[in-house]
Amino acid sequence: MKEFAYRRATEVRDALTLVAAGDGARYLGGGTNLVDLMKTGVEAPARLVDVRFLPLDGVREAADGGLVIGATTTNSDAAAHPEVRRRYPALSEAILAGASGQLRNMATVGGNLLQRTRCGYFADPSQACNKRVPGSGCAAIAGEHHNHAVLGWSRHCAATHASDMAVAMAAFDAVVHYETLDGPGELPLAEFYPPVGDTPDRETALPPGALITAIALPGSAVSPRSRYRKVRERASYAFATVSIAADLDVRTGSARIALGGVASRPWRARRAEAVLREGPLTADRFRAAADAELSAAEPLPGNGYKVTLARNLIVAVLTELADRAPA
Amino acid sequence: MTDDTHGEIVLRVNDVTHRLLVDNRTTLLDALREGIGHTGSKKGCDRGQCGACTVLCDGRRVVSCLTLAVAAEGAEITTIEGLAGDGELRPIQREFVRLDGFQCGYCTSGQLCSAVGMLAEHAAGWPSAVTADVSPDAPAPELDAAEVRERMSGNLCRCGAYPSIVRAVLSAAREEVAG
Amino acid sequence: MNAVNSIGVARPRIEGQAKVTGRARYAADKPMRDLAFGSVVVSTVARGRIRDIDVAAVKGMPGVLGVIDYRNAPRLNPEAGHFFGPDGGLQLLQDDVIPFAGRAVALVVAETLEQAKAAADTLPVTYDQEPHDTGFTADHPNARPAAPLFDGPEDIGDLEAELAASAVVVDERYHTPEEHCSAMEPHSATAWWEGERLQAIDSNQGPFFIATVLATLFSLGFEQVRVRTEHVGGGFGSKGMCGPQLVLATMGATLFRRPVRVTLTRDQVFLMTAMRPATEQPIRLGADADGRLRAIQHEPAFELSPLAEYIEGCTEPTKTLYAAPAIRTRNTAVPLDILPPYSMRGPGAAPGSFALESAMDELAERLGLDPLELRLRNEPAVGPVSGLPFSSRNLVACLRTGAERFGWATRDHRPRTRREGHLLVGTGMAATSFSVGAFPSVASITAEVDGTFTVIIAATDLGTGARTALTAIAADALAIDTERVRLRISDSELGPAWSAGGSRGTTSWAWAITEAAAQLRDQPRDPSRRVTVTVDTTQLLNDLPSMERHAYSAVFTEVTVDPATGEVRVRRLLGMFAVGQVVNPLTARSQVIGGMIGGLSMALHEEGVRDQVSGRHVNADFAGYHIAAHADVPDIEADFVPDYEPGIPFGIKGAGEIGNVGTAAAIANAVWHATGKRQRRLPIRLDRVVE
Repeated sequence: MKEFAYRRATEVRDALTLVAAGDGARYLGGGTNLVDLMKTGVEAPARLVDVRFLPLDGVREAADGGLVIGATTTNSDAAAHPEVRRRYPALSEAILAGASGQLRNMATVGGNLLQRTRCGYFADPSQACNKRVPGSGCAAIAGEHHNHAVLGWSRHCAATHASDMAVAMAAFDAVVHYETLDGPGELPLAEFYPPVGDTPDRETALPPGALITAIALPGSAVSPRSRYRKVRERASYAFATVSIAADLDVRTGSARIALGGVASRPWRARRAEAVLREGPLTADRFRAAADAELSAAEPLPGNGYKVTLARNLIVAVLTELADRAPA
Repeated sequence: MTDDTHGEIVLRVNDVTHRLLVDNRTTLLDALREGIGHTGSKKGCDRGQCGACTVLCDGRRVVSCLTLAVAAEGAEITTIEGLAGDGELRPIQREFVRLDGFQCGYCTSGQLCSAVGMLAEHAAGWPSAVTADVSPDAPAPELDAAEVRERMSGNLCRCGAYPSIVRAVLSAAREEVAG
Repeated sequence: MNAVNSIGVARPRIEGQAKVTGRARYAADKPMRDLAFGSVVVSTVARGRIRDIDVAAVKGMPGVLGVIDYRNAPRLNPEAGHFFGPDGGLQLLQDDVIPFAGRAVALVVAETLEQAKAAADTLPVTYDQEPHDTGFTADHPNARPAAPLFDGPEDIGDLEAELAASAVVVDERYHTPEEHCSAMEPHSATAWWEGERLQAIDSNQGPFFIATVLATLFSLGFEQVRVRTEHVGGGFGSKGMCGPQLVLATMGATLFRRPVRVTLTRDQVFLMTAMRPATEQPIRLGADADGRLRAIQHEPAFELSPLAEYIEGCTEPTKTLYAAPAIRTRNTAVPLDILPPYSMRGPGAAPGSFALESAMDELAERLGLDPLELRLRNEPAVGPVSGLPFSSRNLVACLRTGAERFGWATRDHRPRTRREGHLLVGTGMAATSFSVGAFPSVASITAEVDGTFTVIIAATDLGTGARTALTAIAADALAIDTERVRLRISDSELGPAWSAGGSRGTTSWAWAITEAAAQLRDQPRDPSRRVTVTVDTTQLLNDLPSMERHAYSAVFTEVTVDPATGEVRVRRLLGMFAVGQVVNPLTARSQVIGGMIGGLSMALHEEGVRDQVSGRHVNADFAGYHIAAHADVPDIEADFVPDYEPGIPFGIKGAGEIGNVGTAAAIANAVWHATGKRQRRLPIRLDRVVE
């Protein structure tokens, strides 16, 4: 690890100024991802600006009946918050499915959105990786890509996004609020993560130096019966192979579905949602919805099973939600 | 030497105040082990992937290998060395010994600190990934073996002491929370 | 004569209190004055030569004391080796040749951990890369017969004739991947010189053996080397050798003339310390319609490195588990540009029994026979290959008791017949053996004037419970309470002793202690004088009659499978063990349960993944290389059938590895029973199950 300076910010403006000063400064939240990447040499900031002491902590009511989660709220606190559990249970479940109790106590909600991929080639500075070093190539596509993307990847990068929380937030149409020295801004989660294209190193649409201050969950997305299901190679404490956040209104066929582990970002399954709106919620329709979504899949030679798995998971979770719905 | 990259920090560990000159790169784990001489917390992976370095930070379990020492300044740290009272083992420690909740012992301090933090989380009503219904209106999850296993999964044990650890945690749970 | 019996009593570990309070010291825990830290730099290419190491680029970095590479490293003795002859894996920093990715190319020594690591990360190393070959397959052009050091080839009876005469033949191929020991404690050593004497604190499985290797390697007299171990955070085979941490720490101490500590990072533990090699195992079984075996053919291949000979003895159980008129075994080695493999818990037998016991299950299926009954029908009277008598063979007791406790009798043997909601449920079983015995060791016992007895042996306790077990054994051998036993272990100065490995640690040490106690008790005693007796068991062991000596187990399991996701969960796991007299039922049960969890982990999770383009590991950490976590492991039932090993003091057998063996096959067989699909390739990943 390279030497670095450390500052604690107590005002948002101070934090913005310290990072804007350049020198590869980074915001430090829980450090669960950043400190790890500094150890492996993937990240080498000259300065860390600790944002955990900023007044950005906690969950509050939004005017539209939704919730606003402060960026420095820990994953644990967000998952345990009664109103998150009551209105957005899939979000609570998604956070609880991630990492370990210790890591959730450290990680912040803002930092979680910014976590980097767990692609083994990204984590190893001696391997080619366009995300880490633009133009260096992608070793995964010709190499080991058993757990890489099947949707929306490009020949420049097939890495997946690792966050469980972000998958649920994508399903709930969360909006990311941020601050810059030029003033505040917001990004719907659907626009927060740009498509990979030929810029896999550009992982978010945040302006340079921006600090995430909060994530708003719209009142229109309140779904007390939403569900998060995660499939992985260990029963716990492992990144997703495929995961799904879903809620389903059985009366209207209105559904919100997002997939994790299949793309460079949380994958909002809008094709599946469209199929569900078209007709009665039968087993056939669930299968048709899943097929519609996965028709766009382009698996690599070593990860075709993820297409099957994602398809099955969509059907399984929709079936479960339909079965659980009050008559 | 104090500059941008090094500095003196004050760490509160097991109710004792320590002044340490640290490199900003120093993790809380290394500060505990190399700086203060508390070697009970173990470095199993140094990457947040095994849990052997788990300590309590303001009462909450964290991995000390991904916590920078400078970032822990101002927090109350409890390590395995501070878990027991004067000479007396805590119930959870006693049950680990009685039920053989370890073999090589390397993951043990992390398992113990994690268990103490986990029991407090459960007592506070936090759900887990195996809780059937996370709604606050549903009954609070009973602390059964499945809940303990899920909540303790951040602590790997290669000797395979898991079943004994789960038994020890369940056996000590009531006393730990009441105490 | 024994006033008290400590053997057979369940007692918590002697060091339990120290381990739950953080006071137990492991190799990296000892505070030391003037300590410098070494950080290892490893090669990023799989084959080639070092073009340049730009030492000047890091020499001026804060705290850096220096860099050791092949140009200034102390010369090592190429004759040094372990059990299989000279070991090129030990020859670190001796030349510019890169034999595999992850090979140490330099050691950076600095005042602090952070400084050493920063400089090691910065050190520019360039290579002239050469084409590598890391692609393992049994029919690789370089495949050659494995060295016949043990588990050599056997061929009894007329295999082809028996197969031709068989009513049913199973002809299948089984695969296991590279697996890593993954002890929670990374390998760490601290070395320093006291005058002309090299001192080391190291995490290893046998300080005496390691000291002899270290002395040979650095061309020192054995009396010039002392290696201490104390608490060890697990080994599972990976600490059985003189590890890179110790070689490099010794070099650091030698060049910088101060104590140097080298602790491998977790990824380096994966890259540099012993792994189980990948195997590919064709098996043919032939049987009569009533299930009597006519032929067993098991010809596995495994990978190794040209640097060091090694034998993954997969056919060890095949030669002894079942009777058959024709048995043919042969091991094939495939040299590749990889880390030299070495013994991992249940070496040979763990992957070998996965293949054999899976094939037996397939045979039972094709015969329409209960897999339990198939085993019972092929129980041999004498060693099927050796012809030697069995010393004690209680496999049938394990099978019958296990089946009864598990409720096997009601099993519908047809696959895919049980459903619970969307889950498929299946059960499976496997039988297994692991060879036991003892190796020469020296123990001494001193009768102290205060009525206590000091028992000294260079044993180690990796978490096996050796301290507690040896104390009980010494107490019974001396006919005293355990409170009067003072045990000293974990120091090469304590005399020659076998390491904690091969399921022979406790047996070897117990033998020496028992003999020393017997001789001490035979001496006329003056309580006011200290008396010491020292015993070497070499001759006693030579006198032990040659027999088939094994521990046995039967493993039963129930799994659920979600066919939509491929998720397999082990719901029940039961093992019955015949491991001789059980010294401490509490710690022995822990040990075999731990072994079964290792087997579960092998079945479902573990796989070292190698990028064939670069020849490198891509999952060299605990986030990528999964070992079973709490949530993967159910409550496990394990118990012991009455057993006693004749000819060995107190009738004990090793229990360290038997638990690990057999479990993977039982789980794979249960997954077949649940789904109808055979799992001939480990681990049983999601993609291999999802439908």
